[in-house]
Amino acid sequence: MKTAVKTKNKSGMSLALAPYSVWSVLFILVPLIFVAYYAFTDNNFAFTTENITRFFTEVTKIKGDDGTVTEVHKYLVIFMRSLKLAVISTVVCLVMGYPIAYIMARSKPRTQKMLVTLIMIPMWMNFLIRTYAWMTILQDKGILNGLLSAIGLGTIDIIGTETAVIIGMVYDYFPYMILPIYSILAKMDDKLIEAAKDLGCNKFSVLKRVIFPLSLPGVISGITMVLIPSISTFYISQKLGNGKILLIGDAIESQYINNNLHFAAAIAFILMVILLVCMALVKYLTARLVYGGE
Amino acid sequence: MNKIIELKNISKSFDGELILDDLSLNIYDNEFITLLGPSGCGKTTMLRMIGGFEHPDCGDILFMGERINDVPPHKRNVNTVFQKYALFPHLNVFENVAFPLREKKVPKKEIREKVEKMLSLVMLSNFADRSVTSLSGGQQQRVAIARALINSPKVLLLDEPLGALDLKLRKDMQQELKKIQKSTGITFVFVTHDQEEALSMSDTIVVMSEGKIQQIGIPTDIYNEPKNAFVADFIGESNIIDGTMLENYKVSFSGHIFECLDAGFAVGEQVDVVVRPEDVDIVPVEQSMLQGVVTAVTFMGVHNELIVDIGGFKWMIQTTDSANVDDRIGISLDPDAIHIMKKSKYSGMYGDYSSYSNELDELSEPGGEE
Repeated sequence: MKTAVKTKNKSGMSLALAPYSVWSVLFILVPLIFVAYYAFTDNNFAFTTENITRFFTEVTKIKGDDGTVTEVHKYLVIFMRSLKLAVISTVVCLVMGYPIAYIMARSKPRTQKMLVTLIMIPMWMNFLIRTYAWMTILQDKGILNGLLSAIGLGTIDIIGTETAVIIGMVYDYFPYMILPIYSILAKMDDKLIEAAKDLGCNKFSVLKRVIFPLSLPGVISGITMVLIPSISTFYISQKLGNGKILLIGDAIESQYINNNLHFAAAIAFILMVILLVCMALVKYLTARLVYGGE
Repeated sequence: MNKIIELKNISKSFDGELILDDLSLNIYDNEFITLLGPSGCGKTTMLRMIGGFEHPDCGDILFMGERINDVPPHKRNVNTVFQKYALFPHLNVFENVAFPLREKKVPKKEIREKVEKMLSLVMLSNFADRSVTSLSGGQQQRVAIARALINSPKVLLLDEPLGALDLKLRKDMQQELKKIQKSTGITFVFVTHDQEEALSMSDTIVVMSEGKIQQIGIPTDIYNEPKNAFVADFIGESNIIDGTMLENYKVSFSGHIFECLDAGFAVGEQVDVVVRPEDVDIVPVEQSMLQGVVTAVTFMGVHNELIVDIGGFKWMIQTTDSANVDDRIGISLDPDAIHIMKKSKYSGMYGDYSSYSNELDELSEPGGEE
C-alpha cells in the first residue's frame, strides 16, 4: 500500500516537472551539446581538436612601452586577465556585501524590506544603460573628474583602466552577492546565536564560529553568481575599458562576429569546463573544511 | 544553604506590557528549582534574565553576592539548555559538546577526555561522530545538556527542555535530569508549564502568574497547602468552594459544617475551601455530609472521574467506586481533606467544573511560550 502511494506521488511529481524538463532539454541541454559539437568540429563539421589547441597555443606579439616585442600566448593571457578581474570583483563584492547583508538581516522587518527594495531597484534598469551611466561618470571629462577638479584635486584617468572595468562589474553584480547571503542570514535561528553567547563566545567569536560557517552556502552561491557572469562579460569591458581591456567574453564575441563559430564555441567550451572544475573544487573544499567532510 | 542567585525587586515590561512585576527570589546552591506557570506568566523572561539575554527595567540580579545586571551572557558562569536545543547544525555531536572548550582554548587532549566523559554521562558515547541533524529529539536533548554542562557551570538553566518530547521519553528524561542534577551537584533552574513534571522533579517549586510569584515551596506543600485559588487550580485538580470560618478548626460550606485542620482566621471570615477530587469519599446517602447528582462519568483507567452537582456547584470527584449518570450519591470529607485559603483576587475564577470536559482541557493546554 505504502509503495503504491509512493509511486503515485512520483508520477505526479514527474508530471508537474514535465514543462520544466522540456524547457531544460530545449534551452539548456541542446545548446550545450551544440557548443560542444561546434567546439570539436571544423567548418566542414569534421571532428577536430584544432580549435581547442588553438586556444592554448596561439601566440601574438605585443609591443611593450619601451619598444621591445614579446611573444605571449594570446588567449591564455586574455583568460588570465578575465580571471583576475572577475576574482577581484568577486572579492570586492563579498567584502562589501557580507557586512551589508549582515546588517540587513539584523534590522527590523520594515527596514529589511526597504533595504531589499533599494538593492533591487538598479536591477530593474537595463544593464546596458547602467554601464553607460558609469561611462558618463568615469570618462575623462565626466562627472567624477568634474567633481574632483571642482574641489581642486585635479583629474584622474580612470576610463579605459582595469579599475574602471572592476567598478562596472562590482556595480552590476553586487546584488547577486548580497541577496543570497542575506536570505540565509535572515533565516538563521536567533537561538543559535544566543547559544553561542551562552557557551562563552564574544561577538566576534559568534560571527566566526557560528554565523559565518552557517552562512557559507549563501556565500558560495553569491560567489558563483558574481564570478561566472563577470568572468564572461564583454560589454562592461568594452564600454568602461574603452576597448583596451580585452576579456575572454570579448574574444568569444569577436570570433562570433567574424563568423568563426567553431573557435568561438571552443573558447566558450573551455571556459565552461574551467568554471565547472573551479566551482566543484570550491564546494568540495568548503564541505571538507567547514562541515567536516559531510 | 548558600544563596547562589538573588533576584531583587525585578520589573520588566515589553511594549508597555508588564511581564515581571517587582519580583524577588532566592536560588540556593545545589537545588533543583522549577519556575512553573502558564504561558505569559514571565517564567521564561526570568530565566533569560539569569542567562543574561534580557535586562531588568529595575531591580538587581546577584550572582554569589555580586551584581551581574550588566554582565554579558558569555561572561556568566551559567549555561542554558534551550527549548528547541539550538544545537549547531554545522558541527557533529562531539564538536557541539566541545564548542565551549574550544572557545576557552583548552588543550586538545583534555577536550577529548572531557567530551568523552560528558557523552558517557548522557549515554551518547557511540554518537560522537554523528551529525546532530540525524539524531532523534531525545538524543538532541542529551547533546544540548552535555554541551551546557561541560563548562561545569554553577547554575544550569533549562527552558522547557522536555516540551518537544513524547510522553514516554519525557518521563525517562525527567528521571535522568534529576539523576544528573544529583550527581553533578549543579543548581538546576527549570522552566515548565507542566505541573506533574514540576511536582516529580523539583526540590523547590515557584508558582508564577501574571509576572508575580504566587507561592514558593516544596512540591508536597504546594500541592497540599496551596496559597490561593490560582495555585490550587494550576497544580492538580481542585474543587474550590466559598466558605465561612465559624471558629478555629470549623468551617461551613455547601450548607454543612465541617471539621478542618486550619486555624488563625477571623470568626466569620469568608474563605476559599479547597477539596482535592481524590480526597472525597463516596458513602451511602444516609451517612453522608453532602448529597448530589452525578452528571458525568469518565473512565480514566485507575479511577473514575465523576462530575457531581451538589447544591448547584459542580464537584469533580475521583473514585475507584463506580457510579452512573443521574445516580444520587452522598459524600463525606475527612478533616485533612479540607484546606482553607484566604480570599484572593483569583477567588471565584477557578475550581468549578460546571463547564468541564476532558477534551476542552486538553485543547487549552498551554503549548509553551514563544
